[in-house]
This record gives sequence, structure tokens and C-alpha cells, in this order.
Amino acid sequence: MRKSPMKKDKNRNNIMAKDPILAKHNKTEKLIKSKNIKDQLFYLFGFLILVAASFILFALISDLFIRGASRLNFDFLTHFPSRKPEAAGILSAWVGSLAVMLVTSSVSLVLGVMTGIYLEEYAPKNIFTFLIELAIVNMAGIPSITFGLMALGIFVYQFNFGQSILTAGLTLGLLVLPIIIVTTREALKSIPNHLREAAYSLGASKYQIVRDHLLPYSSGGILTGMILALSRAVGETAPLITIGALTFIAFLPTPPIQSTPPFVSFEWLWDGFTVLPIQMFNWVSRPQEEFHINAAATGAILLMLTLILNAGAIWLRYKFRKRYHW
Amino acid sequence: MESFLKLNINNSRLANAFLLFALLFIGVHVFAAVNTIKVDGSSTVFPLTEAVAEEFQTHTKGKVRVTVGISGTGGGFKKFCRGETDVQNASRPILTSEMKDCAKNKIRYIELPVAFDALSIVTHPSNTWLSQITVAELKTIWEASAQGKIKFYDQVNSKWPHIPIALYGPGPDSGTFDYFTEAVNQKAKSIRGDYTASEDDNTIVQGISRDKGGLGYFGLAYYEANKDKIKLVAVQKDEKSKAVLPSPQSVQNGSYQPLSRPIFIYVSEKSLSSNSAVLEFSQFFLKNSILLATEVKYIALPQTVYSAFEKNLMDKKFGTAFGGHSEVGIKIDELSKRTLTQ
Repeated sequence: MRKSPMKKDKNRNNIMAKDPILAKHNKTEKLIKSKNIKDQLFYLFGFLILVAASFILFALISDLFIRGASRLNFDFLTHFPSRKPEAAGILSAWVGSLAVMLVTSSVSLVLGVMTGIYLEEYAPKNIFTFLIELAIVNMAGIPSITFGLMALGIFVYQFNFGQSILTAGLTLGLLVLPIIIVTTREALKSIPNHLREAAYSLGASKYQIVRDHLLPYSSGGILTGMILALSRAVGETAPLITIGALTFIAFLPTPPIQSTPPFVSFEWLWDGFTVLPIQMFNWVSRPQEEFHINAAATGAILLMLTLILNAGAIWLRYKFRKRYHW
Repeated sequence: MESFLKLNINNSRLANAFLLFALLFIGVHVFAAVNTIKVDGSSTVFPLTEAVAEEFQTHTKGKVRVTVGISGTGGGFKKFCRGETDVQNASRPILTSEMKDCAKNKIRYIELPVAFDALSIVTHPSNTWLSQITVAELKTIWEASAQGKIKFYDQVNSKWPHIPIALYGPGPDSGTFDYFTEAVNQKAKSIRGDYTASEDDNTIVQGISRDKGGLGYFGLAYYEANKDKIKLVAVQKDEKSKAVLPSPQSVQNGSYQPLSRPIFIYVSEKSLSSNSAVLEFSQFFLKNSILLATEVKYIALPQTVYSAFEKNLMDKKFGTAFGGHSEVGIKIDELSKRTLTQ
């Protein structure tokens, strides 16, 4: 061994080289340190993106509320559209939106949950099922205007439903169907298999298991799907314009409760309608600044309506989730 | 026992839900007894029809309902010729193909001009060299062959400075686009592709107001609402004529040409004979357009024209005065006297 001023250090190196455990430890420490820095950087990166995204969202929403503030009052909600911006309201639009959402949610919930249950619990794993699954995944990617064209051909002209709330509800119902199916399936998948087996062992039939166990346990997940679905459907404009939604309509659908027997009427399903995004689109494209204020106020109310619908679903989900633990 | 009870409750709940759902869809379908007039078509005509519909519903004290849609002139004519709507809003005359559709379904119609639509040529407020422009210069700038070649103002007119031209205009789905291309480029839908197109005229206003070399066109109402942000350019039809700024006067007396045109409603014969309210609505439209057109910032036709067409309506003169194609430079006074074709 040669002598050098760096001997001490060298010695240390030698010791380290001779002691494999110490060397390994040092290496690991270095690795952890570098990984920690990467981790920190990634955390910072993610956080910055989150801040930027929330800031943009916050700016857009507050801009909407500030610009529409002067029209956000009770009168705006209880008046029909008008050529006079200051007298115009969105009564027919929000009632229309709500009515369409009611049909959409009932159609998509029943069809979607049933399809989900069939595919997850009953369907055999064969090429046919595979094709159905493929079709559902593809359906989620179809542009909404295509659903509008399909609905125009099938619901409006073939079935003669006309340019009605029923047609609109069915169209949007089909549009959001894949969301409901996928979330239903995920919810069913997350239920531990031993619950099914326990029920079988007690002699329950498949139908009983689905009805008494799987459906109640998965309702939280299904409602999450419903939230996503309604949030998407409530803002759709293109397919509704295609099927012939109106823009100016100064009357409400037939009330569902009548004073004469049989007291309940479903006539409203066949009535013409307009929805909030169409009203908003119409006002945005007008030259007068006052109409733009109306459009901003309509946007704010559309956001609030979505929030209320979602809050309802979240509350329901909370109630359901509280009941089950495993 | 307990589980048996629970099962029962569950079953009845399920049954109820199904019953409710079935009711929802089987629900007895009776056609609405309230008299409804269906209007659809151009979004350019929409503000005026909306105003008339609003007033008409007040006028009939809610006995007649009017609905207005915005399927566009083309989309609206498809429905109109299938007999689905009573009145059609149109920003251009009916085309030959649409006339054939209507004839196939035996839909006859009365053509009524209801107001003027004027296109305005606008530029950035700091633009000093453009206070008037000839139609030939507009063509040099906008024609299809100018694409990629005409980039600076001095290429069009040597008196103008060497500043890049930034063009803004409506997209190809609008009737405004169709009319501008026909009036300026002499061929509908023929235009250079390298300009900023938007279906929303407010976006075009924004674009021009922020661009020193900005130049564009849109409906006059959008200029009126944004006078402080953009500058209006007078248009000179040809060598012999004077440059004219668009205004209610110059549009009404026919001197602002070729960039002004009438907009129409078409009333279906079938609806006229089956629903007396449709005739009442059409008359109301012609009688009140002078007032309402001005109110929604459109330019009304001269009173004599409304009266002449009201007479045509009462005399049931069916058909179009245009023979199936758009026309540039219409003289509104002689329109009511033209022979009509179906």
C-alpha cells in the first residue's frame, strides 16, 4: 500500500469497502435522500397544479357570479324570457332543465343499474358479453351530438315522441348510461365475495342476494355514478338543439298534479321545453351587454342547480353508507 | 316470522317503484287543447320573432301560445317542409331544393319580409386609413385566391400603410357568411380560409377591438352595441356611387348596398287554414314589426312594404319571389309586386 496524505480517508474507504453492511447502509441512505428529493419535487409539482387549477376555476366561477350579480334575484327565477333584458327571466328554462333531469335520471338509473347487475352477476363470460362490454365502453366516447341525431331519427320520428321533455330525457338518459353502468359494476365488484357466499350458504337465491344485499350495499357507488351522470347531462346543449328543443317558450309544462281526477297527469312528458344552457347560449350570442349579464346569471344558476342535485345525491349516499360496514 | 315480514315490505316497495315508473311512461297521452303556434328557423330572425311572440301572447291574453326554436334557416326549412312547424324564420329566401321538399309534402307558403339585416364592415378604432372601402377592395381581401397572398394593407390599395391585415368573420354555418360571400365574392360560401372565424359575433368584436390591423364584418346590431370599441367603415358599391355608412336611413332607402338584405318569415298554408291564430299572428307580425324591429336593434322595412305584404297575406298569394336562389341588391319596394313561384 502506498503512503499518501489522504491516507485517513482512504482508510475510511477501505473500512467501508471491507464492511459490506455499512456500505449498503450508506448507499441506501443516499438512495432514500435522492428519492426523497424527487418525492418532494413531485409533491410540489402536484400541489402547484392543484392551486393553478383551483385558481382558474375559482376565477371563472366568481367572474360568473360577479357579472350576473345584478340579475340574481327572485324575479329572474319567476319570469319568462323576454326581448327586454331587464324583464327577462329563466322560469321556463330551469323548470325545463329540472323536468328533463327527472326523466333522464329515472331512465338511466333503471336501465343502467339493471345492465350493471346483469353484466356483473349473471352474464356468462363469453364472446357475446365481451362484445356488449366493448360497446358500452365505446358508447362513453361517442360525441353527444351523435346521440342527438340518433334520438331525432328514433324517438322524434320513429316513435313519434315529438320535440318533447320525454325525448330529451331519453336522449340524455342514453348519453349517461355508460357512466351508470360502469359505476354500478365497480360498486358490485367492491362487495367482498364472502358476503355472497354466506348468503348462498344460508340458502338464498341469486335474486334474493341481489335484492337484499348487493343492491343496498352498492347504492352508495351507484349514487356516485348518478352524480357524475347528472352533472354531465345538465350542461348538454347540442343533442337537445338537434332534437328540436325550443329557445323561446313562455309557458310551463302541464302541472303533474291536477285538480280533477285522476289528479296525476303525465301530460308534461309530451310538452315542448327549453333548458338553461340553451337559454344561456342564446343570450351570450346577443349584441346587447345586458343580455350577457343575464347569461352570466343563468350560468351561475345552472351551477347552483348542479350543486343542489349533487348535494341531494351525496346526502343520500351518506345515508346509505352509514348503514353498512364490513 | 320477522324475516318474512321484512321480505313483504321489500316486495311491496319494489312493486310500488315499478308501478310508479310504469305510470310515468304509460301516462295517458292527450293532445294539448291549448292553441300553440310553432315557429322555428334562423337565429338571425330570432330576436324579432321572440319580441313579436312575447307581445302576441300578451295581446291574446295567454289564449294562444307561441314557441320559437333556433334550428337555423336550413334546419328550420326541413321541419317546415315536413309540416312540423307553422311559421319559418329565414335569413335568406327559400332555395330550390327546399322548394322541392315543400312541394313533395304539398306544403304551400306565403313569403313575408319582416325587417332588414345590414352587415357592417368594422376595423380597429386607431385605424386612420380606412374610413371607406370599395366592394372591389373587399373582394381583393376576402376572395378565395387571396389566401396566403394578400397579407398587408398596401397590397390592396397603395395609399394604405404596410401593416398586416388581421381578418375576422362569421363561420360557415351562419346566414351572414352566406350573404357576405355572395355579395362580395359573387359566389356563396367562396372565401379565403386563413381568417379567424367564429359563430359568435361577440367574439369577432373582441378580436377586432384588440387588433390594430383588425378588419371584419358582422350584423349592424353588434356594432351598435360596441360603438366605443370598434370603428365603422363606409362601403362604396362601385366607381360611380358614393361611399355609404350603414344606418337605418341608408338601409331603408336602398343606398347601403350590397351589404343589406331583407329577412323573412314563411307561413304555412296548412296552418293558416287549420288554425285561425296563425293568420292573426302573421298579421300581428307585419303590423308591429316597425316598432319591435327598432326595439331589438333591427332596421324596419318602410310602412308601405308591410302594408303591401299584409295585402298579399290576406289575398293568399303563395310562393317565393326569388325563384329558389339568394339575390344581392334587392329593391324592397318592388318585391311585393313580383310574380311568385312555388
